[in-house]
Formats: sequence, C-alpha cells, structure tokens
Amino acid sequence: MVIQMNNEYYHSVVLDKSKCKGCTTCLRNCPTQAIRVRNGKATIIKERCIDCGECIRVCPYHAKNAVTDKLDILKNYKYTVALPAPTTIAQFKKKISVNRILTALKDIGFDEVQEVAYGAEIVGEALKYELMEKDVKKPLISSACPAVVRMLQVRFPELIENLVHLESPMEVTARLVRKRLKEEKGLRDEEIGLVFITPCAAKATTIHSYIPWDNSHSSIDASISISEIYPEILDRIDKVQEEDLQHSTGRGLIWAHTGGESSFIAEKQIINVDGIHNVISVLEEIENGRLRELDFFEGLACIGGCVGGCLTVENTFIAKKRIMDRSLDRKAGDNDITDEMIKSAYESGFLDREGKIFPMPETPLDPNIKEAINKMETMDKIEKTLPGIDCGSCGAPGCRALAEDIVRGQASEVDCIFVLREAINELSKLMYDLSEKVVPVMKDKENEGNE
Amino acid sequence: MSSIYEMDYNVGSRDFAAAGDASRSIKRTLQQIGVDTSVVRRIAIASYEAEMNIAIHSKGGKMHLAVNSDKVVVATEDFGPGIENVDLAMTEGWSTATDEIREMGFGAGMGLPNMKKCSDEFSIESSVPEGTRIKMIFKL
Repeated sequence: MVIQMNNEYYHSVVLDKSKCKGCTTCLRNCPTQAIRVRNGKATIIKERCIDCGECIRVCPYHAKNAVTDKLDILKNYKYTVALPAPTTIAQFKKKISVNRILTALKDIGFDEVQEVAYGAEIVGEALKYELMEKDVKKPLISSACPAVVRMLQVRFPELIENLVHLESPMEVTARLVRKRLKEEKGLRDEEIGLVFITPCAAKATTIHSYIPWDNSHSSIDASISISEIYPEILDRIDKVQEEDLQHSTGRGLIWAHTGGESSFIAEKQIINVDGIHNVISVLEEIENGRLRELDFFEGLACIGGCVGGCLTVENTFIAKKRIMDRSLDRKAGDNDITDEMIKSAYESGFLDREGKIFPMPETPLDPNIKEAINKMETMDKIEKTLPGIDCGSCGAPGCRALAEDIVRGQASEVDCIFVLREAINELSKLMYDLSEKVVPVMKDKENEGNE
Repeated sequence: MSSIYEMDYNVGSRDFAAAGDASRSIKRTLQQIGVDTSVVRRIAIASYEAEMNIAIHSKGGKMHLAVNSDKVVVATEDFGPGIENVDLAMTEGWSTATDEIREMGFGAGMGLPNMKKCSDEFSIESSVPEGTRIKMIFKL
C-alpha cells in the first residue's frame, strides 16, 4: 500500500492496489469526481477528494480503505488517553453498560478514557450563544463533519463564513483533557498521546494534516478506527472489572446521529440532512439564497450521520436505534456540565476554532482566463463527439469529465472506446481502399502478369 | 483572437424538475474557468432567480451565457406574457405569484430586485404579450 503524502492535500483514503479490479463503481459514486481509473487501478485526484468515504463504502472488493494508526503507537507516549466517538458506544448492545464498554477500551492499554460525547454536549450547548451573536451569518452551518467542511472549501467557498466558529466535539474534548493533564499531572505536550477512536476517514484526515482549517494544529495525536479496535474491546468486554468512567449524558451521545447537534437549538429554524449528495443539494439551495429564514444547517456526509461512518462495524440503523435508546438513560444535568460553565467557556474563547478555513477551489482549466475560456469551448466541442452514455470505460466518471481531462492534457480522445472504434473503422476502410490502389510503376507489370 | 465562451440554455415553463439546471451549469462553468468565487456567487444567485422567473411566470424561454476575460453576461428572453408595469415589478415585495407558487417558497417579490442587486449592470425590457428580456453584466 503506497501512501503519498504532501502537506497540502493529505488524505486518509487509500487504495489497496492488489484488491482493486479497476471497475468503475467508486468512479460513479464519488461526489466530487475525484477518481479516475488509470492502468487498471483507481487513482484519487488529491485536490478534489474530500475524504467522505463514499468510495470505501461502495467498493465491492474492499480495496478502498482509510489509513488510521495502529495500537502500537501507544508506546510512543508516556500517558495515553482514548477518546471514543459517541458512535463507538452504538456498536454494542444496550444491555452492555457504557461503563463496561469504556473499561474494556481502557484495558487495551490506555491510561484513561474520555468520551467525545462529553465535548459534544459542551459544543451543543454553546451553539445557542453563537446564534445570539449579532454579526452571525445565517444559516449557521455545522462544522462537525470534516467532509462537509471540505466540500464547502472546494465547491461552496462563499459559504465558508457561515460555518460554526466553534471547534468540533473531538477537538474540544482533546483540549479539555490536554489542559487537565498538564495542570494536574504536570505532563508535557509530547508525553501525552490522545487517541481518537474514529468512525470515519474524514475525521482521521483532520487529525493528521488538519486540512479543513489548514493553518492550525489538532490537539489529537492519533486516530484508530472503530472497526480496528472493535474486536479488541469485544475480547475484554466480559472479563473487565467495570469502572465508573462515563462522563457523558444522552445529550452528548446523540451527536452520533443526524439531528443530534440540532437538538440543542431545537426551537430554531433548522434543516438537518445526511448523505453527501443530499448535503450538496441543500448547500446549492443555500448558495442560491433560497433559505434566508433558516438559522442552522446540519449536514453530515454519511447516511444516518456518524453512526453511518465507513469505519464502523454495526448496521447504521441498528446503531442509531441503540443511541436513541441509550440517550434516555442519562439526561442533561446527570454530569458536571452547567450552563455557567458553558457560558464562560464560550466567552473565554476556549471553544473557538483555531485558525481560519480557507477556500480551496479546484484548479481552473488554465491559470490564464483567456486560455481557460478557449479550453472551455474546446471541452464543449469534444463532449459533442463523445457518446454521452457516461459508461466510465475511459476511466473518467462521465463523458464531460473525459472532455475536461482531455483539455487539461490528462487524457486523449481515443481513451473513449467508441471514438476509438470509429477511428479503427475509418482506418480499416482507408487501408482497404489503399490496398486496392496500384502503384503507377507497377501497373504495366501487373498487366503483363495477367497476359 | 478575442476569447469568448458562449452557451445557450432552454428553460421550460413550469418545468420544476429541470428548473435550476441552467444556473447550476452556469456556476460550474464559471468555476472551471476560474472566475473569482465572490463573483460566481453573485452570478449564481442572479441566474437562479432569472431561471426561476422564466419557469414560474413565463411560457418558457432561454438563457444565454457569455464569458470573456473582463466580464460575464447573463441574458434571458422569454416567450411572454410580459410584465405590464416593469417599475412595479422592480419593487421589493411586489409579486404576482399564486399561492401555489408561494407554497413552494418562491414568489416573495424579491427576484428582480435581487438580480439587480447582484449584477453590476442590469437592464430589463418587457412588452405584453410578447415577453421579457433581461441582461445582466458582471465585471471581472
């Protein structure tokens, strides 16, 4: 498995070349047309990929995966803390207590476990304060899903200023833990290893290169996928001596599914949407100025929300049901979170996102606008010569995408099997015609032979 | 050689399934050409309003996009019935939309004023029953 890294576009989505059959399934499902099949294998155009994980989900050969860290990274740190996403809890039946799940997770080799659901409750409660700000751009757009944030950077750069200015639950939880460990245990930053247990590729990406807000630094040091750690938890779940580790309430846990975040400001005008294609269609409406009365938009790339993450193990809808059931067990106020605490954390700026989110529009057809205009015209002309059936055999997701690749100099017209067949057909006619023709100097000789 | 890119789009009357396709395509084209994102946003809003106006109020029509290195022009033309009082139609909040259209979230009477606000130059001419022509210029 080759992982190419550069600081500008790091992605955790990778391809296992030995498993890729070069079929066109991922090609067609990619919401940003970031995939091409080249030399029989899928390749990712880095500047377009938003790490949504659609390709991981749809690949029939499981050739697409996400690079997350392995458990052996724990030995790099003096003190390690597991930060499980709320979705982690949804992987287990309700009869297993949250404390038991957390204890089994800790037993794998962590010094501590702190739920991201705790930070989620804080961020959720703080949302109302952000909505009260007088210069807030409405609709305020949730920044919880990094794939959606990335989508905004690439395709809806003008909506970036509508993004919530608070950090994500995962970062807030990590900040709180890091601060406490430094103050109470006297640990230095480099001695602390905060490991996020991730349901998806997009979150793993933000930890490693932090692309959505590309000039800042994550408080988290590593990520391990839920699917990777699930069997380890399962091995220990019946054996551990249950500890009292739960700090979350149902308020935080429901961030795992769509609508969880919105529930904190339920009295406002809200739309919540899941599935990246659905998110795009609502973002288009917002961009067109149709939803002026809307206060808040919660868009999550995976169907169902984080419970549908491509690195989880349980069926999305079963997981969602379990979260809903558990959310009734512990209610707001059953932990130490108070409104005064939220208010002061909000006002102090502790919850603010570090750094700015920049637009990352895709590269124009040409850096020179005149040339780009010419190439756009050429692209239309080329598109007209293509069959228009979007078969994907050329390795591009559709005929228009192939036309674009051609004007960008990354493909050729005969990559289209229909164009190629026509060219061969014409060539064979020409060859036939030529074979009928006799070279003038040979004419008499041929006649002689016939006599 | 002066570089210019032109494209025509048909907009059907009451074709709500396809309404929005032309402005979506215009936005995509401008992004690929590399037009500044804030200008793309203004053009996207204005052309969407224009397209919906044709779909909702007219007997169908056309949109025309022209891009060169210093400006983008979006022009529309419909087949009637035309606007009786253009000055009134340009007033914010004035609308002839039916309740059915308002139910769909359109017809707030902001379309034409919004198009004017988004564009650098805006002109409209209309005659009953022939139809309405609008030309919007966006400077680059």
